[in-house]
Amino acid sequence: MEFLYAIFSFLYQFGDAFAFLVLSACGLAVIFGMMGVINLAHGEFILCGAYVSTSVAHMGLPLPVAIAAGSLAAGIAGMIVELVVIRPLYKRPLDTIVATWGISMIVTQGTLIVLGTTMAGSGTPLGSFVVGDYSYSTYRVVLMGMALATLAALWLMFTKTRFGILARATIQVPHVAEALGVNTNLVYSLTFGLGAALAGLAGGLYAPTMTLVPTMGAAFMVEAFVTVVVGGADIFLGTAPAAVVLGLIKATLTSWQGQLAGQIGMLIAVIIVIRILPRGISGKILKERA
Amino acid sequence: MHRDVLLDVIGLHGGYGGKPVLQGVDFRVREGEIAAVIGRNGVGKSTLMRTLIGLLPTARGSINLRGRPLDAISAHKRARHGIGYVPQGRDVFPRMTVVENLLVGESIAGRSIPGRLEEVFGYFPILRERADQRAGTMSGGQQQQLAIGRVLMGDPSVILLDEPSEGIQPNIVQDIARIMVELNRKTGVTVIFVEQNIDMIRAMAQRCYVMDKGRIVAELDRDALSDRARIRQYLSV
Repeated sequence: MEFLYAIFSFLYQFGDAFAFLVLSACGLAVIFGMMGVINLAHGEFILCGAYVSTSVAHMGLPLPVAIAAGSLAAGIAGMIVELVVIRPLYKRPLDTIVATWGISMIVTQGTLIVLGTTMAGSGTPLGSFVVGDYSYSTYRVVLMGMALATLAALWLMFTKTRFGILARATIQVPHVAEALGVNTNLVYSLTFGLGAALAGLAGGLYAPTMTLVPTMGAAFMVEAFVTVVVGGADIFLGTAPAAVVLGLIKATLTSWQGQLAGQIGMLIAVIIVIRILPRGISGKILKERA
Repeated sequence: MHRDVLLDVIGLHGGYGGKPVLQGVDFRVREGEIAAVIGRNGVGKSTLMRTLIGLLPTARGSINLRGRPLDAISAHKRARHGIGYVPQGRDVFPRMTVVENLLVGESIAGRSIPGRLEEVFGYFPILRERADQRAGTMSGGQQQQLAIGRVLMGDPSVILLDEPSEGIQPNIVQDIARIMVELNRKTGVTVIFVEQNIDMIRAMAQRCYVMDKGRIVAELDRDALSDRARIRQYLSV
């Protein structure tokens, strides 16, 4: 029985790490994979989702509604940022890094000045359950389900919907998509908005589990970047497998030596992967397929 | 034949960045015609096609489709006026399936036309066989058929074909020429194509514009096209 408890504990830790990696990374992966833009303001879209959803929850609305509102707010903010800042810089990818980094600092400091050093959270819902000697948060199991649901929804969106087909056409040969009547500017705008909305979703989903501070985006940013670097440009061939691999490494080291070891192990894994697979897991798969 | 003018190009100047290529192109194509633009390498034929669809800007002059000026509008809006552009080198979407490639072409019409996929499969049966194959893994001739099928999905009133024979086996070139003529006869679609392959020019063209140094320098009608030596002379001046 003890053995089964230990397995459950490991699976729970793995699921928790996997969910956090997937949900933090998929917005960044969509924007990087579809548009080639490295969005250093990703953490601030997460911040936006967290603050908006918590504010809506404080107004007394149910948590799912609050999370949806946070995601929507981040998505709209993303479309505005795309229009005003990113669009003029499409042919200058290095400049988009600097520009989005600037946005990140402005938002972090602006939030600090306007809303103060911290915002009261809404508390983790759904309570906990006990397996063996330990109790586990039920809400974190919901988050694992949400991570899987998000991946499934993205897969359906990019393969089965008209938007998905036009978005993939635009990323593969942009000038031909444009010449075939596809409004590629609109596709870029919606794609960036989708990436920002996914970031907002991550913020909204994790807001009840953490303290809300203006720099909270940074906590997500490291894990998101690590996942996208290991995974490469493709969400399904890259982000998801990378989250599995990194989640396993993190869960193993965490249950063996504690949280710090998990974090360090993950970063070492990234350095190794960059050496062996410079274009990530999906780069390797796509190369072999071609 | 007194058909209405479909495309009227007047004094068109354009090129890449600061480098002018088109130096005052004048020509008109009538509804339902198949017109060829011929000339040596580097005289500006592909630049002309890319400027017509709007992938390159007009520096001076004008492009009018059924009397409506196109110069100020972006490429996707021009396409939606019924222009089907088949680029040089095909440029299919390599990591998408054949059917997905075809569906993108519906954007020209802005809607899905019932039964159109079947019609396209009827013209190009290979596309039905390869429906779920990734386009990037097909041969040049198959990709060319896909690129033409892709614009047919959007029911264009004019098709711009940029060097359809380039890098394709001779028997497929003949097939494509035959299908384009059949399409033109059945649907009345206007075709403007850039070509250097004499057989394809003679199989398809009803009228032929000769381009040199960024200008149209001669116009050949159907009778002149039967003179093989004369065409060859224009291709190798």
